[in-house]
Amino acid sequence: MITQVSEPLYKQLIRAYDEEVAVHAANSLGELRKLAFERFKQVGFPTVKSEDWKYTNVQPLVNQTYSLSASEQPVVDLDLAGATVPDLDAYRIILVDGAYDEALSSSAVTDALTVLPIEKATEDLAFAKHFAEYADKTDNPFVPLNTALFKSGVFVSLKKDAVLDKPVHIIHVSASEAPLFAQTRNLFVVGRYAEMEVVESLITKDGAAHNLNNHVSEIVVQEGGKLQHYYLQTAGAASNYLNHTEIYQEKHSLYNHYNCTFPGASFVRNNINVRLDDSEVESHLYGITLTAGDQFVDNHTIVDHLKPHCESYEWYKNITQDTSTAVFNGKIFVREDAQKTNAFQQNNNMLIGERSAVYTKPQLEIFADDVKCSHGCTIGQFDQEALFYLRARGISEAQARVLLVHAFAFDVTSRFANETVRRYVEHLVEEGL
Amino acid sequence: MLTINNLHAAVENQEILKGLNLEVKAGEVHAIMGPNGSGKSTLGNVLAGRESYDVTAGEVLLDGKDLLELSPEDRAREGVFLAFQYPVEIPGVSNINFLKTALSEIREYKGLPPLEAKEFLKMVKEKQQLVEFDAKLANRSLNEGFSGGEKKRNEIFQLAMLEPKLAILDETDSGLDIDALRIVARGVNQLRSKDNAFIVITHYQRLLEYIVPDFVHVLYKGRIVRSGTKELALELEEKGYDWIKETVDAENAV
Repeated sequence: MITQVSEPLYKQLIRAYDEEVAVHAANSLGELRKLAFERFKQVGFPTVKSEDWKYTNVQPLVNQTYSLSASEQPVVDLDLAGATVPDLDAYRIILVDGAYDEALSSSAVTDALTVLPIEKATEDLAFAKHFAEYADKTDNPFVPLNTALFKSGVFVSLKKDAVLDKPVHIIHVSASEAPLFAQTRNLFVVGRYAEMEVVESLITKDGAAHNLNNHVSEIVVQEGGKLQHYYLQTAGAASNYLNHTEIYQEKHSLYNHYNCTFPGASFVRNNINVRLDDSEVESHLYGITLTAGDQFVDNHTIVDHLKPHCESYEWYKNITQDTSTAVFNGKIFVREDAQKTNAFQQNNNMLIGERSAVYTKPQLEIFADDVKCSHGCTIGQFDQEALFYLRARGISEAQARVLLVHAFAFDVTSRFANETVRRYVEHLVEEGL
Repeated sequence: MLTINNLHAAVENQEILKGLNLEVKAGEVHAIMGPNGSGKSTLGNVLAGRESYDVTAGEVLLDGKDLLELSPEDRAREGVFLAFQYPVEIPGVSNINFLKTALSEIREYKGLPPLEAKEFLKMVKEKQQLVEFDAKLANRSLNEGFSGGEKKRNEIFQLAMLEPKLAILDETDSGLDIDALRIVARGVNQLRSKDNAFIVITHYQRLLEYIVPDFVHVLYKGRIVRSGTKELALELEEKGYDWIKETVDAENAV
């Protein structure tokens, strides 16, 4: 094999796929991967000419050369302090450069909970039923790429009627010393009337090389199930993320997503899609994005009301500092069948950095005629009057800013079901200012 | 306590204060009256340190310390308190949390240890009663959805909590009905002591029936043109500001 000095990621992937095709043929996922790769090849990496990627240029990221697999050497002195949520008692799952690290993770101590590296979960019935059933139906080109070539990830399944005693804390660590393109694939299945909390943290090891991570997570909440999902993006500047989360909900289920991004990771694109595919489903999407430096963070959400009598509630807050950029795109579909839908969306933006930018687009497509949909969007700056009022009472300017940002974020942080995580997020907001 | 010498201040290059002198001693209440646009509110804002006001000349000393050198927060920590004419609503910041933060920063500045939670709550309760401020309001977001009267009472409650040396009440009577005015005035009178001082800025004599001043000053065209005792306020009420305008303009014409 000839090692080229520089080769764009696309060419590398084509070559890698061809080299691995023999391996795939022997695998139960072989056909799936093949079709997925064909789909990826047809569309390739998106450009800013595509409406969904208008503000989000991935070309500089994909026109680089990466290693496609992490070093076989185990990572030493892994410092997990950056992902530690004080006072959070949880089942811990550690993924290093996308690979499930059994030695570092806690062993599941309850029969109701199955935790496996996803590559070892192919025999599981829930895997067979749900894997690649949801995310692959979207038109995000990074999903078929992930399906075709993912190496590892985690499979979490909770049996019906089980109520998990403590959260599952998944820590994604980027640690590679060589530039790495890592593809992680996760599947979460919450059984009928089961309840659990998942906290995901993303961190970067000190000294890690430039890395691009393509994460795809599929989440199924079965009838009457409840899932609280916290996503804490606290990685470092070396890390870049394409993160697709596809949620599929059945009757009477509840899914709450708390998507929190803090200064650090240079580039973050989250696609979060919720499919409310049965009646009496409830979904909440909360987002708080605090950016700094030259950071770029893009949240693209879809709330897809397919059936009647469902409720969705979405509230995203962006606070941009320095020269950073935040994007919010909130699509809500109310399909013809989805009568009596109650959908709410709100996006508020606070531009602190004079040269920071926010692109926001609410997008509602309503095909049913008996629904309640409301949305709103605001863009503002620090309220100078409020700042002076606080300072005139003896509060320092820095502390006054913290108070005002807390106040701005309050609509979202006050909705956190988990107090411990809420306190931690408030602390991260304070630190990020 | 407070010495203002030849103070000149401008907003957007327009000079509003044109050589103001004032001496306030501990234990005194000074009323500043004057027609609209005479610079009353400017004086309050300049003393509190609002950045949109430029001081172009003069000095302001608080117990010998140069106030104009200090940031708004340091002025507050030194003991200056401005009761706002239009208190700001800040949703999401609880009244109590705000006061706790302010009080602890002020105490830290003075080298005092932070108040214990229990002491703080005791103080909140005492001061609420003292100024007749509804406990329910104290636990809400800062001024959010408060009526005009409730906002002004909250200013007096904050004043009671922060115990400043020098309190400036900027048209605290504006927008208040007679009952609210009495409550606010009663609160202020409770807080008067030999160690603190008040500057009461008002357009009307009405407030001064309840908060009786030791001195009354009339501000016109950026300067104090008349000073006297509370009888001056009554005279003003009777004769109107035109009387001041005419006599002062006539003097200047000479």
